Amino acid sequence: MRLAAFDEMLPEISGLRKPYSAYDRWLKEQDPARLTEKMQDAERVFRKTGITFAVYGEQEASERLIPFDIVPRIISGNEWRRLTQGIEQRVQALNAFLDDIYHRQEILRAGRVPKELIAKNEAFLPEMIGVRPPAGVYTHIIGVDIVRISENEFYVLEDNARTPSGVSYMLENRETMMQLFPELFQQIKVRPVENYPQLLRQSLAAVRPQSTKGAPTIAVLTPGSFNSAYFEHAFLADQMGVQLVEGQDLRVVDGHVAMRTTEGYKQIDVLYRRVDDSFLDPLTFRPDSALGVPGIMDVYRAGNITIANAPGTGIADDKAIYSYMPEIVEFYTGRKAILGNIPTWRCSEPDSLKYVLEHIHELVVKEVHGSGGYGMLVGPAATKKECEDFSKKLAAKPSNYIAQPTLALSTCPILTDKGLAPRHVDLRPYVLVSDRIQIVPGGLTRVALKEGSLVVNSSQGGGTKDTWVLDD
Amino acid sequence: MLLGRTANGLYWMNRYIERAENMARLVDAGLRMALTRTQNASEEWNSVLLSAGSDAAFTQKYQEYTAANVADFLLRDTSNPSSTMTSIETARNNARMVRTALTRETWESINEAWMSLKRMLARPIDERDLPSVLDAIKRETALIRGSFYGTMLRNEIFDFSQLGTYVERADNTARILDVKYYVLLPSISWVGSTLDNYQWESILRSVSAHRSYRWVYEADYKPSNIADYLILNVRMPRSLTFCYRFLTEHLKFLGDDYGERHACHATAGKTQAMLTAGSIKDIFDAGLHEFLANFIRDNTRLGDEIAQDYRFY
Repeated sequence: MRLAAFDEMLPEISGLRKPYSAYDRWLKEQDPARLTEKMQDAERVFRKTGITFAVYGEQEASERLIPFDIVPRIISGNEWRRLTQGIEQRVQALNAFLDDIYHRQEILRAGRVPKELIAKNEAFLPEMIGVRPPAGVYTHIIGVDIVRISENEFYVLEDNARTPSGVSYMLENRETMMQLFPELFQQIKVRPVENYPQLLRQSLAAVRPQSTKGAPTIAVLTPGSFNSAYFEHAFLADQMGVQLVEGQDLRVVDGHVAMRTTEGYKQIDVLYRRVDDSFLDPLTFRPDSALGVPGIMDVYRAGNITIANAPGTGIADDKAIYSYMPEIVEFYTGRKAILGNIPTWRCSEPDSLKYVLEHIHELVVKEVHGSGGYGMLVGPAATKKECEDFSKKLAAKPSNYIAQPTLALSTCPILTDKGLAPRHVDLRPYVLVSDRIQIVPGGLTRVALKEGSLVVNSSQGGGTKDTWVLDD
Repeated sequence: MLLGRTANGLYWMNRYIERAENMARLVDAGLRMALTRTQNASEEWNSVLLSAGSDAAFTQKYQEYTAANVADFLLRDTSNPSSTMTSIETARNNARMVRTALTRETWESINEAWMSLKRMLARPIDERDLPSVLDAIKRETALIRGSFYGTMLRNEIFDFSQLGTYVERADNTARILDVKYYVLLPSISWVGSTLDNYQWESILRSVSAHRSYRWVYEADYKPSNIADYLILNVRMPRSLTFCYRFLTEHLKFLGDDYGERHACHATAGKTQAMLTAGSIKDIFDAGLHEFLANFIRDNTRLGDEIAQDYRFY
């Protein structure tokens, strides 16, 4: 089944869209052979600098590039302003929700979100009850996945409020584009994304513990160099000019978290952690974890370190919670959500389950706790047998799944051997929360490289594009 | 400020880059010997393996000392922890771990060396290609060194890197000498047969010094001059004295920066003093082999002390 999708450059009905007009003029002047050459240049630049991504389950290809497409995804200044209003509102609501869930739980008492959804949820950390993080911020770095289906319809697909990744690709994609096509950036005014690491650093410094004396010491905590996103961890630490630490470098010294340096232990005030909650503190969570710091939760509860994002933020971006986001946004901001949700069937509800089982070949069914495109079924693209097998899994444990209609995600052209061809895209802008909310103008555009495919995840054959927000 | 783990990574990254190159140099010298002397080639390959510290592991795997076997084992065997391929892989893993401490140029040169050697050493090396493979290894490591020296800030990161380079190099030169120490003893062949000439040239070749030797000494090879060159000459970049000159210098920088001196400073200082005070005659009189054995032991201890004093673990 092919879906009629809205193309962001060349919609069938109206012809070339305005944000793309300058780029289109430039493109028409280019020699196709030169563009193909540039595409190979891009691959060389990426391979050389070691931008690699470990793909789970593919041992042979433990180091593989995420394909990069040289046609930019372009968003007008106006479109961007509308998007940012919606994102800001959503991010405020996420933080208010987290504060509420770990304190008074007003939203549960008001009956807007079912109690059992929280109590039985693995992403809910009882250890965080009554803990207020420094500066009151829970989720500091958020990557909101947004899809578009027409000129004016944008939806939030997922709120990544734990440890969203991919921002390094946003930065490297821009860097690569500027190296390949410097003249384009002279002709077209594109808002810069390069200052993201500086903004991140300032944002992290602004949420330091109150007791911090002088400039705070910031560090990035990585699971180690064999983690699939290690490149990004190293990249961000490097760009911010802070240390990249592993669990083995850290220990609790005199009530503070400290790192082992060549001159002894040195206190850390703000830890941007890229390890999951359950690995953070073997004394509190998984005892077998070697990736975390024994005792860090005690330091945290004493208010002597900022952990970004805070432990327990997963309760806000859980797929089961997602379906309640419109209620959550309205509850905390007092206004209707500017950015909508994709209609979602909660399979835990009998009526929904019945509908989903009857229409499985039309729907996208996802595991509530899954991520990265694993464990999901895209009904229209699946065989009859795949649908039947999935139905059995679904019926056995309905509360483990949600379902959504198969949306015709907008498309954007990519450069193929046979010239430009439309492919489905989504967008992940990055949001920083401290005493203010900042959204970098741009983000990561993921693109499904296979014709007709709707799965944009890099682990499932997706690629990326540079994302331009026009300064118009 | 530097993490202990990062200092450790820098130190070993550079030890392994040095080692990757040394393996190629040793094979090069062995190949030359095997080409010039048809008899006793296996004995020469045995010396090469001894110098590489890999003889025991080799004999577990192979019955025969042939050029193909030794080259394969020292250059591309990934089960050999010191082969060029393993070394460059370990160097890259360390570089990956300390990536934030390296300039982009340095990281890229290591990454590219790893990619190109991995490709080149993926299949057994045809004997006819061996010289060009050896050249390529030396070229890749030279490129790493070039971007490293050309772009790195001279700070503690540089110091720990250099400590790795010179501890490894000193160990390597001392082992080469120790394996062949008997051909340098004056009592055995004072006059110098053709055979000895080959042996002497081989020693010099394994530290890339067969040409520069002639710039410093008379054209004829003389065992005491060769030993003097490799042990005491302060201008010869692979001599023990040269290595210790830089080891003490970088340790002094670290000591001054941190305002603290450790056991490693004393150990390096002692070896350095012994090298500057001694003459080659004293060393021969006291016993070349004993001298080298002591040196290797002290050098290893220095490495351990550096790791401990700077909290590598």
